[in-house]
Amino acid sequence: MSKFQKKQANTKQQVPTAAMPDIIFMLLIFFMVVTVLREVELQVRVDFTRADNIEKIEQKRLVSYIYIGPEILGGGRYGDTRVQIDDALVDDIYAIRRLMYDKLMEEPRLIVSLRVDQQSEMGIVSDVQQELREAGTLRINYSTLRGAQAPM
Amino acid sequence: MKLKKRSREVAEVPQAGMADIAFLLLIFFLVVTTIDVDTGIGMQLPPPPDPDQEPPPIRERNLMNILVNARGQILINEERASLHEVRQLVIDFVDNANRAQDPNLSEDPRQAIVSIKTDRQTPYEIYIDMLDEVIGAYRQLRDEASMREFGIPYRQYQARVSRDDNVIREMYPQNISLAEPDPGS
Repeated sequence: MSKFQKKQANTKQQVPTAAMPDIIFMLLIFFMVVTVLREVELQVRVDFTRADNIEKIEQKRLVSYIYIGPEILGGGRYGDTRVQIDDALVDDIYAIRRLMYDKLMEEPRLIVSLRVDQQSEMGIVSDVQQELREAGTLRINYSTLRGAQAPM
Repeated sequence: MKLKKRSREVAEVPQAGMADIAFLLLIFFLVVTTIDVDTGIGMQLPPPPDPDQEPPPIRERNLMNILVNARGQILINEERASLHEVRQLVIDFVDNANRAQDPNLSEDPRQAIVSIKTDRQTPYEIYIDMLDEVIGAYRQLRDEASMREFGIPYRQYQARVSRDDNVIREMYPQNISLAEPDPGS
């Protein structure tokens, strides 16, 4: 019998796992809070343009989106430029007036975020803006990404 | 009759699987989360035009006309310009009273109006580039004024005061007019 017996620590070599569900739950709750489930199915293509002098929209609850871009036809093909509000394409551009007016009544501090495809023409954007003026939703925001401008 | 006293089972929810369930949920939320911030150029549209009311008279020198055609060519007050000159031109025009005091440019920053007009065929991208430059010019002016008056950048100043007390904003209001586009060719 050797004299030198290996000393063994008496403590158990285990990470305590009892608190693990709590930690996981905390992470879970964090992600649940920050998650914004995608609320609309995009039917038009929107490639954002870039700009430098932009601001953040702080109050996301006030924002209503209008999407303008070429209609997605599937199979990588795109149709004419269309306007989408919420889940539906708008056929009659004059209907925007009433739609946005109703939204304004629900939320008087409404901000309309225009998410326009960079290749759209100004004609349709302007038509939508005229409708917004008629509806009284005057605060708008041209959605852009931060970044260097595309060279002209 | 015998009444057997049953030994009660201890009602316990098994805890071992809890972590797994939480993990599953966690992974689900991790996957669907998109932490995106909405950024963009904020603008205030003018109220709808009143047919009974004539638009207020504007002196010609207080108006800067920017035209952008479908090919991205820029015309400022009838003269051709390129995009990277726009910022300086806007600054010179708006802040004329404190700079060159050119009799053809604006009388006062508060009266200066920058009008942007496009063709219907102008790509949105070009329009935003244009707007970006104009906003950038105003931002620079406000920054300079804020540094001069208070010694801090405009962004910090803006965070300190309420919207109504913002004297820099009053000094350089962003009067940007978005004209209805030309039908074009």
